[in-house]
Amino acid sequence: MRAAHDTASFADPVALRTPLYEAHLAAGARIVEFAGWDMPVQYKGVLEEHAAVRERVGIFDVSHMGEVTIDGAGALESAQRLVTNDLSKCADGQAQYSVLCNEKGGVIDDIIVYRYSPSRLFICVNASGREKDFTWMKDHAEGARVEQRSDDWAQIAIQGPQAAALVDQLCQPKVIDLAYYHFRDATVAGVPGCIVARTGYTGEDGFEVFVPPGGARKLWDTLVAKGATPCGLGARDSLRLEVAYRLYGNDMDEDHTPLEAGLAWIVKLEKPSGFIGSDALKQQKAQGLKRRLIGFKLTGKGIARHGYPVLKDGQRVGEVTSGTMSPVLKEPIGLAYVPTDLSRIGTAFDVEVRGKPVAAQVVKTPFVEKIK
Amino acid sequence: MRGNTATIGITAFAKDQLGDVVYLELPEVGATVTRGQPFGVVESTKAVSELFAPVSGKVTKINKSLVDAPEGINDDPHEKGWMIEIEMSSPADANELLSAKQYEELLAAEH
Repeated sequence: MRAAHDTASFADPVALRTPLYEAHLAAGARIVEFAGWDMPVQYKGVLEEHAAVRERVGIFDVSHMGEVTIDGAGALESAQRLVTNDLSKCADGQAQYSVLCNEKGGVIDDIIVYRYSPSRLFICVNASGREKDFTWMKDHAEGARVEQRSDDWAQIAIQGPQAAALVDQLCQPKVIDLAYYHFRDATVAGVPGCIVARTGYTGEDGFEVFVPPGGARKLWDTLVAKGATPCGLGARDSLRLEVAYRLYGNDMDEDHTPLEAGLAWIVKLEKPSGFIGSDALKQQKAQGLKRRLIGFKLTGKGIARHGYPVLKDGQRVGEVTSGTMSPVLKEPIGLAYVPTDLSRIGTAFDVEVRGKPVAAQVVKTPFVEKIK
Repeated sequence: MRGNTATIGITAFAKDQLGDVVYLELPEVGATVTRGQPFGVVESTKAVSELFAPVSGKVTKINKSLVDAPEGINDDPHEKGWMIEIEMSSPADANELLSAKQYEELLAAEH
């Protein structure tokens, strides 16, 4: 809990609340502060919620995430200079995962760009990027209008093998035909003006629905009434880690490049426009990467956590960025930055857990098979 | 608590605060634990918490099956979820502990 709640300092911001905050309290959620927001970390329990998403369908309040639009005749061209992926390969009605880099190639944020048309882009950013990403894009976009839209939208993720049928029955027009990483405007549970995207952060089939804040409670309650399990940030984190999705702020930041973070597949260095950071990344690629983000399992006993040292022959050579006990595998898994010569699958190293070295091994990711 | 022997675990309240327990680390039989000092570690899906000894003494038994399947704590912290047995070096320590009823009263007053 941050000090803002306990002190009389009026300069400190108090945590923000989503339109679903009251619903979370009513459902018995435990609330924690995340990126300046009071968010549910769990309702009944992380393991139960995790299983609900892997086996049935779970719903997440992700209204803390931000939205930015880029509009105008130069929108696409302007955005191409901001993002590492190639938006010319993204069709209208399609979405694309990407990152924003600084001049040094460090990751400012990971984002999803929804392409309505070459003159209209809708961008979803992390909660921590609401102001930072908006300001960066506004300052660096040329010939297009960049607007802050974060307060215009709540967002609910519906994830799991039963998600498609559940969401489709609530949508007008239907969305069952939407391909992965495609989106459509729709009325959902009687709430007009929603954006329905076949995306997610769990490795399961599912949707993320951007909903006007005034309709968020109606949509949430409808989904619960239809049998979806409310899930908190705890399950969201264990689900994403099982499929090795990166978490901004943990697994990458402005001091790590997308190449080091294993995101070369969304870094299009040959894109004719170039992008902010592309020169630095080309140079890094030419020189060879010194460190890489890898997936590992602890073969010894314990659980690796964010910030634990990676050791080789007793020397500190890297750092764990994410770690948990995988609810599906029932094994301790994690992501860590290690020197490139230790990044091959099968390589053994140690993780320092409470002062003691625990054996670990580089394994292939995802740890758990992705459906999507 | 039976004579000089104390059975140690965590309360249902502590378990609820932790969330789902997924990992447990306990001392070896024969190890010495000291009142107020950590004797082990319990980890939930999100949090790491040290286990503090309520009394001093020597570990005479550990619940091995709980170490192998720590989720047992989630279902039944007070009985099957026992962790270690201690032969108390100064059984008078125990007089300062709260009964379950006193503990519940304390929680009710604080929450």
